[in-house]
Amino acid sequence: MGYISRGFRGKRASDREDARLPPGQYLVDGFPVLSAGPTPHTPLDEWTFAIEDETTQLRTWSWEQFRALPSEDIRVDIHCVTKWSKLDTTWVGVSIDTLLEGVEHHATHVLAISEGDYTTNLPLEDVLDGQAWVAFAYDGQPLEAEHGGPARLLVPHLYFWKSAKWVRGLRLMDHDEPGFWESYGYHIYGDPWREQRYAGD
Amino acid sequence: MARAAVRGRLNWTLGEVVELIDETPRVRTIFLEVPEWPGHRAGQHVDVRLTAEDGYQAQRSYSIASAPEDGRLAITVERLPDGEVSEYLVGELRRGDKLELRGPIGGYFVWEARSDGPLLLVAGGSGIVPLMCMLRHRRASDGTVGARLLYSSRSWDEVIYRDELERLAAGSNGPEVIHTLTRSQPPGWKGYARRVDGAMLAEAAWATASMPMTFVCGPTSFVESVAGGLVLLGYPSNTVKTERFGPTGG
Repeated sequence: MGYISRGFRGKRASDREDARLPPGQYLVDGFPVLSAGPTPHTPLDEWTFAIEDETTQLRTWSWEQFRALPSEDIRVDIHCVTKWSKLDTTWVGVSIDTLLEGVEHHATHVLAISEGDYTTNLPLEDVLDGQAWVAFAYDGQPLEAEHGGPARLLVPHLYFWKSAKWVRGLRLMDHDEPGFWESYGYHIYGDPWREQRYAGD
Repeated sequence: MARAAVRGRLNWTLGEVVELIDETPRVRTIFLEVPEWPGHRAGQHVDVRLTAEDGYQAQRSYSIASAPEDGRLAITVERLPDGEVSEYLVGELRRGDKLELRGPIGGYFVWEARSDGPLLLVAGGSGIVPLMCMLRHRRASDGTVGARLLYSSRSWDEVIYRDELERLAAGSNGPEVIHTLTRSQPPGWKGYARRVDGAMLAEAAWATASMPMTFVCGPTSFVESVAGGLVLLGYPSNTVKTERFGPTGG
């Protein structure tokens, strides 16, 4: 236990919600926005999504083709490294399993690549088996640009910066490589339940 | 992109409250002596952790207000409605109390006085805090690169660091400080009296040819509109660094 803060009582979540909150997190009702720069607004007719390896583009979709892929309704809790968590968020997205179907590779990791050179790294096994999606709708509406629209990665079991906004592709890698925030002192993996916020946690 | 050096774990450390200053009725600056503070860069933040007697803990991140050159660490905190940590920090904390701290955190929204290009800072409300850190760093290191602050507040009484900004602006090589007051203005006010918009940015911002470095901090809607407005003026997206805070109940 840390240093006792004289006179601090705090506002606890209910017991039921508390069990769903990773250490150091608090509940919010709103949906805070965090991003490093201006919000990009790519017209849908210029939008593409690519699966590539370190040398070659293996597969691409236009927006129309992407939206024709089978999609899933998703209901998950999300946890931001800046301490807020939001329970029971609802999304619609295309599973990464679907995007990688039939792609031959020897990858161990993926680097998600977004508009504006933002990247984030993930172990391949963390985006397979129904654990990650490219989401295009939130709360029954098309995903707003400030929340990463038209499409963002959704990897709810890791801190939310791993759910890269404005995602435009996945690079299959045979090694791990820090992405954008990971290069600025944030944790290389980012498990909220182990409170892996910063490098070395 | 700069790759940060691999470093060890950031540990919690104790800081002692040595001074408290009420900046506005809702905003307070907390000065801390932190013996084990590893130093920071202008624009970074620090995590604060509070622990109740029964062990319950709450953490929040706050922008650092003090220059890297200052001897004491300062954070400036706005009391948020129902904010479990900010209410304590602004309302309850006293001199001699201690706070658990972990940092510094972040390395992108950072400005070094030796950087090229003029500096454009655009602040909304308590979004001034990390930008003030940059202005203090610029003064402490005798920075000469041009600096301009466009600062949106609701009223003259809610302008955080008002007197210090005036002193900084009046000093040699001081920054230009441009206020806009969106809700109420004192009698005789000649400055801007509306939300920051494209026309105001076009007047206040540096010409794109001078390759400015821009930092925008404030509430989400403010940052969305300012950063978008700068891109429309021709500012390359990767030269506009943003930090947003929503109504998170923090």
